Amino acid sequence: MLADARIVLREQFLKADVGITGANFLIAETGQTVIVTNEGNGDLTQLLPRVHIALAGIEKVVPTLEDTMTIMRVLARSATGQEMSSYTTFSAGGRRKGDLDGPEAFHVVLLDNGRSKLLGSPTEDILRCIRCGCCLNACPVYGKIGGHAYGSTYSGPVGAVLTPSLAGLSEAHHLPNASSLCGRCEEVCPMRIPIPKMLRHFREEEVASGMAPASARRGIALWAWFASRPGLYRTMTSLTTGVLSLFGRKRGRFSSLPMAGAWTATRDLASPQGKSFQSQWARRSKS
Amino acid sequence: MSEARDAIFTRVRGGIPRSDDAAARRAVAERLAGHTRGLQPQRIAIDQEALVDLFAENAQAVDATVSFINSAGDLPDAIADYLRSRNMPAQAAIAPHPDLDGIDWSASTMEVHRRAPKADDRIGINRCFAAVAETGTLVMASGPDSPATMNFLPETHIAVVAASEIIGSYEDMWDRLRSANRGSGEALPRTVNMITGTSRTGDIEQTLQTGVHGPKALHIVVVKEG
Repeated sequence: MLADARIVLREQFLKADVGITGANFLIAETGQTVIVTNEGNGDLTQLLPRVHIALAGIEKVVPTLEDTMTIMRVLARSATGQEMSSYTTFSAGGRRKGDLDGPEAFHVVLLDNGRSKLLGSPTEDILRCIRCGCCLNACPVYGKIGGHAYGSTYSGPVGAVLTPSLAGLSEAHHLPNASSLCGRCEEVCPMRIPIPKMLRHFREEEVASGMAPASARRGIALWAWFASRPGLYRTMTSLTTGVLSLFGRKRGRFSSLPMAGAWTATRDLASPQGKSFQSQWARRSKS
Repeated sequence: MSEARDAIFTRVRGGIPRSDDAAARRAVAERLAGHTRGLQPQRIAIDQEALVDLFAENAQAVDATVSFINSAGDLPDAIADYLRSRNMPAQAAIAPHPDLDGIDWSASTMEVHRRAPKADDRIGINRCFAAVAETGTLVMASGPDSPATMNFLPETHIAVVAASEIIGSYEDMWDRLRSANRGSGEALPRTVNMITGTSRTGDIEQTLQTGVHGPKALHIVVVKEG
């Protein structure tokens, strides 16, 4: 499969008039664009055709070469566990006098597409993302549902922040909810992006702006009313679990339940197995 | 320049409020001119001889092969031996670099073509600018004497580096490049390729395969003297 791809694509690289690449970094100090690959596809794309066009988001700008190298030291390690990707290429223009190869023209397109409006916003820190994919590997939700479920270019925890940030919360307000807020993404992030904090921000905004379904908002309001009255909350929960364990004792699970249809439509609900944590704690403390 | 550019800058300035514009500009100018390094790895705090060993060790860890020769004159035989051991033809495209031109290739079985590589060249020989011990990384600086396509088109890439050109960190490389190109009118080479091992992918069923679009084999010859 690989050998075939090499033969077919090599022909394309040699024939093309224009090569379009992205850029991992844009260096303010030198005006260089940087691409990082393991395959070498990016290099053939930018070396062989007559024109090289690099298209990159404005957040890719890094001040100096030294800053770039600091980031390079964490990029591949966080992405694939390599110390360094096979090819890191710095480009500073078109073919020069005497050069035997390289593109005749070199054009860089800087793309904003919603990035500048994130500056000064609660999700500003996501602009530091270097797309290593480390948070995807660490995310228990991503591990279960996979990338396509996120419905956009960027998946996993970073996608759950980036997609609503760039496309608008109304387009993707379900994404920040697809998280257990366990915090592993922030723990492993080499750029120290506080992803869970941003997911919580979007959840608040979702409720505040009325995007969350009315039933969900009413349900949470009801829960909050009980939760702020501990005595009543404990009575109600022990009553509910008591009733559920009584009815579910025989099978140990429920295939259908009133008000929990969305859950039981695809899987059973386990029956409560005994007293609540708090009541057990209270009993043990006494004895 | 363009309307979009102005609009982007207006939004950026609005998003990052700053009270003292002149001070901010000064800070940026100082930052760009200062070349301040980030944290340097502990593993490169060793002498030159140990750096050469570290380079070879790290390059071999990413599937490159490394051989050492005592002087540049030994290069044709060293390359011919390598190619014979791989059952490959003794024909190669070679970069028109003065260091490689000075070698008598006719005394060996090697047939070298002094030019940029063509699509059907199987072997390409290029001269490195430097090599970084930190990760076994080669540094290729493009120019009339070192075509960048030599590093990517041929299936087998043979790179020649002097032991004295092996340096510790990436930042050492930029310092060398900055001073090497001083006075040439261009601050840095058009293309700088940092090469760490062979072309590879894990995209097909998450199995590591080498030789995707770039070279299938990388052979590094370290010249101990000059």
